[in-house]
Amino acid sequence: MRSHAMRMLLAIFLILPSLSYAAGGEASYPLDAMEPDVSDQESLQRGAQTFVNYCLGCHGMSYQRYVRTADDLGIPHELMMEEMVFDPAGRIGDHMSSSMSVQNAKQWFGSVPPDLTMYTMLKGGPEYFYTYMRVFYEDTKRPFGVNNLLFENVGMPHPLVAVQGLARKVCKQIPKLAANGGEMRDPLSGEPITEELCGDELVDRGYSPLEIVEGSGTLSVDEYDQLIYDLTNFLYYTSDPSRLERERIGIYVLLFLAFFFVFTYMLGREYTKEFH
Amino acid sequence: MSAIQDSFKNVMDWVDARLPVTETYEKHLSKYYAPKNFNFWYFFGVLAVVVLVNQLLTGIWLTMSYVPSAEGAFASVEYIMRDVEYGWMLRYMHSTGASAFFLVVYLHMFRGLAYGSYQKPRELIWILGMLIYVALMAEGFFGYLLPWGNMSFWAGQVIVSLAGAIPVVGADLATWVRGDFNISGITLNRFFALHVVLIPLVLIVLVFLHILALHEVGSNNPDGVDIKKDLDEDGKPVDGIPFHPAYTIGHDLPAIVGFLFLFCIVMFYYPDGGGYLIEHPNYEPANPLKTPDLIAPVWYYTPFYSMLRAATFPLFGLDAKFWGLVVMAGAIALPAVLPWLDKSPVKSIRYKGMGSKIFLFVFIVSFFILGYLGVQHPTPVRTLIAQICTAIYFGYFLLMPWYTSVEKTKPVPDRVTMR
Amino acid sequence: MSEKSVNTGRRNFLIGATSVVGAAGVVGVAVPFVGSWNPSAKALAAGAPVKIDISRLTEGEILGPIPAWRDMPIFVVKRSEDMLGRLNSKNERLADPDSERPQQPEYAKNDTRSIRPDLLVLVGLCTHLSCSPKYRPAIQPEDYDEEWIGGFFCPCHGSKFDLAGRVYSGVPAPSNLEVPPYFYESDSIIVIGKDEGAA
Repeated sequence: MRSHAMRMLLAIFLILPSLSYAAGGEASYPLDAMEPDVSDQESLQRGAQTFVNYCLGCHGMSYQRYVRTADDLGIPHELMMEEMVFDPAGRIGDHMSSSMSVQNAKQWFGSVPPDLTMYTMLKGGPEYFYTYMRVFYEDTKRPFGVNNLLFENVGMPHPLVAVQGLARKVCKQIPKLAANGGEMRDPLSGEPITEELCGDELVDRGYSPLEIVEGSGTLSVDEYDQLIYDLTNFLYYTSDPSRLERERIGIYVLLFLAFFFVFTYMLGREYTKEFH
Repeated sequence: MSAIQDSFKNVMDWVDARLPVTETYEKHLSKYYAPKNFNFWYFFGVLAVVVLVNQLLTGIWLTMSYVPSAEGAFASVEYIMRDVEYGWMLRYMHSTGASAFFLVVYLHMFRGLAYGSYQKPRELIWILGMLIYVALMAEGFFGYLLPWGNMSFWAGQVIVSLAGAIPVVGADLATWVRGDFNISGITLNRFFALHVVLIPLVLIVLVFLHILALHEVGSNNPDGVDIKKDLDEDGKPVDGIPFHPAYTIGHDLPAIVGFLFLFCIVMFYYPDGGGYLIEHPNYEPANPLKTPDLIAPVWYYTPFYSMLRAATFPLFGLDAKFWGLVVMAGAIALPAVLPWLDKSPVKSIRYKGMGSKIFLFVFIVSFFILGYLGVQHPTPVRTLIAQICTAIYFGYFLLMPWYTSVEKTKPVPDRVTMR
Repeated sequence: MSEKSVNTGRRNFLIGATSVVGAAGVVGVAVPFVGSWNPSAKALAAGAPVKIDISRLTEGEILGPIPAWRDMPIFVVKRSEDMLGRLNSKNERLADPDSERPQQPEYAKNDTRSIRPDLLVLVGLCTHLSCSPKYRPAIQPEDYDEEWIGGFFCPCHGSKFDLAGRVYSGVPAPSNLEVPPYFYESDSIIVIGKDEGAA
């Protein structure tokens, strides 16, 4: 076996991995970026308040206790009980469960609204939820009057429609792209030459296919995005409340191990010197 | 100082007359002579023991709070993660440890392949090691069901239904393993007993025998040179050094600390490994009515899972599902007979011929590709690649009697080299 | 093998130093294992203070159904003037009439072993072997005491306590019935399990 066979084998082995990677892929509505920050207590507090006011009625967080939320987010227990615990017999140590019974849920929605404690982990990261909550749109054919670009024919109403406003699918005038990828412009006026794009075509070009009906929501687009950011941040926190403590302790453990390594390395060399 | 030493000696004499402690210490540690040319690949045995101890300790502690029932299991894991003080740390030590165990064991096995550590007179060490590997795979499989997440359930469903592929007895066998007509709390409870009691005991016994068998014949080394053929006036191998303290303190202690450093980076900062150490569908409870988008085993099983899926056509009247099982089981079992497939006069890859080097290289690359394919959706192209790589995997073993006999080897040095 | 001189001083120092740092590491690793045995959030939630409404309690009555705190029965008795008057009439028969042993918070170390004289709050478990004593308020001779002037009687081994939970001498129980931490949230609500103003 000499160089010819070796070269061929090498070639095969360089191509195979890339072939396996290329063959296959799924396309759906693109997710927006979302950088969570669980050290931002104010964001988490706002998110917790939004969750309790708009989501807890249907979606429980049956693994997360009020007292844990209060302590991790810096909310005094009395304030927590006043603002966020709506059950008069509730205690601070209770789980943040929804009060909706399973039968009612099945009757009203067809299935039980999923528990949201670890939703962002389940969906592979916070981006899914962050995008999902911002792409509801009007659809009169659906039982609750709304549909969702990310989750087609979703069975839930838009709990924040009064806040975001009602979105509609629209067509937009978008600058045409030239062959070199740049925007085409009128050579005389300098204005971009536009074409009408709708739906998926808009999405492919990086534009939203939706537009909020003027005045239908109490918050602006930016304010609503911030609200959803905070809510997603809170959900990211509840997915793994140990994260903050874990990342903090980790630094000390790694520093200790590095320090300890120096000693064991020097001690080790004592013996390898002796025997080699 | 001397009075303390005298008292210690008196105590040890009393104990030694009743239990051979000093004799054992000398035979297996301070007077066990190991080759002086151990390199990086020789760390993984002791690291495997460290991880085993980690799994046992954290596992026992988890059992104190875990509830092995279908109704309670998932919630009890969240109880550990949120309510038990430092429970999250115990859980992450255990889950990271499971992956670390396989990583370390695969590297340990690679050392065996590269340096011919399975060759005579170490065949039994190798076979015991293969038994440990199979027991470890079973331990991981049973353990994975315990969190009772959706991936736990479906992975259990897929693998147990493999038993159903066996002709005639398959369906009954699958039911017998499950104790029910579908994976249920009954299955969970018995897998719990196997994972927590039976297999750990089996593993501890096998590891003990594995090390005992090793010490009986002595360790191999990267040059494959037998150090026992050159003894000094006291009968000690000239190229041997006492395992304790030369390797225990000299090599292994810093290596363990370094390993723990890397382990802690993963455990504290990437415990779910981007979905590869704790898979995303497992963040919701088991749901027999909702299959995850992609059922993939944890990374350490993926090469064999690929082989299972690569069998796509029936043969001799038996369907592809059965042949997939045969291929997968064969791939796991075949390495056990390596000592009898390797006809080379030379142990270490350093002195073997081109054939062995190419086949070993190609075998490792195929194993990686198969592993990668195991977490992807199957497509016609990917299936073809998996089939090619499976053929290469088997070729490495089945063609070995041929290529190890015909290849031209390099001359093996008399004494170990410190390369 | 070549003889390399061993610098014993350096070696011993390194052995010592590494051992000390290593021991610190072992203590660190032990923390999660030992810590995980502490009461979990679930235990703390279940063991949290409970609120008791005493607005319907009449004189001489014990609050029923018996409320629980940390799985222990809590006796709440509304004592009449008459009962209070009898409290210190037989102190020579009591083992610890001045509540010297620490079976109660500071605010209950008084004649009536309570915050408000009329309301007695006790952990209803006999200090002998934890049976639950019976409430026997009536003044009448009993099998277990010819001069019974009211109190608690434990049927398991015959221990006797007066209407402030103080133990009689010569019975198996060694100390007075325990008074739990408690405070008045309002005139009609008692919080059991916490001192007033405590975190």
